[in-house]
Amino acid sequence: MTNKLNNCETCPVHQSTYLKKLGVNMDRWDYALALAGNPNTGKSTVFNALTGLRQHTGNWPGKTVTRTEGGFIYQEKRYKIVDLPGTYSLLSTSTDEEVARNFILFGKPDVTVIIMDATRIERNLNLTLQILEITDRIVICLNLIDEARRHQLRIDERKLSKELGVPVIPTSARKGEGIDELLRAIHEVANGLYVCKPHHITSGSKSLKRAVSQLVEKIENRFSGISNARWIALRLLEGDPRIIEAVKKGELDNLYQRIENTETK
Amino acid sequence: MKNQVDNIIEKNKITDEEILETANSLRWDLGENLHDSLLESIYQDAAEISEKVVTKVDEKPKFDWDRTLDRLLTSKWTGFPIMLLILTIVFWITISGANVPSALLASFLIDTIHPVLKDVAAYFGTPLWLDGLLIDGIYLAMAWVISVMLPPMAIFFPLFTLLEDFGYLPRVAFNLDSLFKKAGAHGKQALTMAMGYGCNAAGIIATRVIDSPRERLIAIITNNFSLCNGRWPTQILIASLFIGSMVPAALGGLVSATAVVAVALLGIILTFVTSWFLSRTILKGEASTFSLELPPYRPPKILQTLYTSLIDRTIFVLWRAIIFAVPAGAVIWLSANVMIGDQSIGEHIVNFMDPFGLLLGLNGVILFAYIIAIPANEIVIPTILMLTVMILKASGVGEGAGVMFELDDYQIYTELFAAGGWTLLTAINLMLFSLVHNPCSTAIYTIYKETKSIKWTAISTFLPLVMGIAICFFVAQIWRIFIGAG
Repeated sequence: MTNKLNNCETCPVHQSTYLKKLGVNMDRWDYALALAGNPNTGKSTVFNALTGLRQHTGNWPGKTVTRTEGGFIYQEKRYKIVDLPGTYSLLSTSTDEEVARNFILFGKPDVTVIIMDATRIERNLNLTLQILEITDRIVICLNLIDEARRHQLRIDERKLSKELGVPVIPTSARKGEGIDELLRAIHEVANGLYVCKPHHITSGSKSLKRAVSQLVEKIENRFSGISNARWIALRLLEGDPRIIEAVKKGELDNLYQRIENTETK
Repeated sequence: MKNQVDNIIEKNKITDEEILETANSLRWDLGENLHDSLLESIYQDAAEISEKVVTKVDEKPKFDWDRTLDRLLTSKWTGFPIMLLILTIVFWITISGANVPSALLASFLIDTIHPVLKDVAAYFGTPLWLDGLLIDGIYLAMAWVISVMLPPMAIFFPLFTLLEDFGYLPRVAFNLDSLFKKAGAHGKQALTMAMGYGCNAAGIIATRVIDSPRERLIAIITNNFSLCNGRWPTQILIASLFIGSMVPAALGGLVSATAVVAVALLGIILTFVTSWFLSRTILKGEASTFSLELPPYRPPKILQTLYTSLIDRTIFVLWRAIIFAVPAGAVIWLSANVMIGDQSIGEHIVNFMDPFGLLLGLNGVILFAYIIAIPANEIVIPTILMLTVMILKASGVGEGAGVMFELDDYQIYTELFAAGGWTLLTAINLMLFSLVHNPCSTAIYTIYKETKSIKWTAISTFLPLVMGIAICFFVAQIWRIFIGAG
């Protein structure tokens, strides 16, 4: 059955009906996408598959340090796509992690596509869980699924999707497998056809929980409708200077407005 | 009354300051280990979810290729020898493969097209100076750049990209990591160094992956010791002309490849020595730790690699070289044809620099070429060739200023260099100087953009230049004492 699907989606006629690769020619767009993920999970390959660009994709971590932008049209909507540097976490202060974190938070992508390496689920989940705290518009691209098969790993992507509360699409971007399903999932989340209910980190000490809920209450009062109050609270408790600055400058206010706007769209 | 209203508003609407104050006071209660306990929660959740989702099929694979390869490629004993072997093979293929097409291109562009252009110009009655500037200067410079650089690049870059896509470079980084730590530098510098083998400007931008400013500066300053796109052809050409020609023809390619690997190795050694020196003097500090993930081996996609390495690297570098060759060609032609007294400007400059050049085991032409080629290392060899022909009016191979006949194999270059008074010492020192000198102007500009500091840009520019002059000087002196005049 999967074979049948593959034949269909690799057929150029089928693809071209919906997808038009735009390369770098993006002047206006309906939706902005961010591509995030651990280093060397194939973000650049996915980026190239969607935009038709030929960013060189080296097989090593840290290939993309700055962000790269491109675009495509899918089902008559124009998408801008930003390839973020690969990181293992969003908690430290190195340049690449800040670029990625700040774009997901302040760059206001309509959908964040997280590329996960199917052969290293557990390690990749560390970053994924952090992103799930920041935004609630996510599609997970479970890439390198062919390599996982080669390593005798079987991954239940439906269960993963249920656990995380976001769509999970297995792909092999190198071979062009699953790109069509990925596009459909992006389209659904971007247009609000699929509403994510992202998993939030559960455990934590009692005193932490109390502190967080106390702060969340205040943040939600100040920025009504904010979706990631818990994450902001955690960052403030850690004393993250960029987030403190954002609170002072009222940047979070804008985030809230954006969410309202897109919901009324 | 008014006070009461204010109070009510304040109670309902929490201000930004209040949020920050609450966060501050709560932070004190929570203590220091918040970061760690957060990480722990994340790891715990990740482990739980992955447990539920992933099943390892219980079926022992017959043979784990990745593991076995990794054991070989990153072992203490076999890692380095294999690295050297792979590099040597790559250069050997490049050198023996580039020879013939290079000569064919040169004979076509210079022997066939050049006279045709001259005839066409003469037919239209183009003034002599314009004809010289355009055809003998600019066109010839481009022709040299293409014929000297295109064949080695078209072979070398695809091979190198295949190695990269296969996943070999991170293994090299892994092998070098402990050495970098000993030199007081960041292990990720091995990655940025490897990027530098493509282009130093790219390597310098890649140092952004290094968090500590101290270690990042070390990586930026030493990136120049990674031979870049522009300098590989210089090394390959000089090695095959002078070093390869000393042994029987059958061994020539292999010996020249070894020489290039030796220079590349020297670059790695200089990277360590300079890093060590910097981390103990002006950039003191401890090396920080990091984790390097070895990516799985992936079978490279041959066709796509050929395409991207040809478009992204070969054509890109060639185009850049051609763009810089245009003004350089004009400068060379002008310097050879504008006369002051009974000598051309070029002759004045070359004669002026000759004593200093000879002191370094080089010569005036090479130094002058390096000054003209500051914008792009790619055009050093073509510039040297043109200067030799035009200014020294090398006899027997050329006729007039810059017109050449009878191009056979690499023979032409050998004769040219012999006419310019070159020896084996000149060749060796040119290879050394090409490895150790100031970065090209693009790299210098990139360093400035990345560091935003004139001081560090100047250090990155002049440190290798001074080192290069010193190395060449000592090699020349020792050579002359032990081997004789060179």
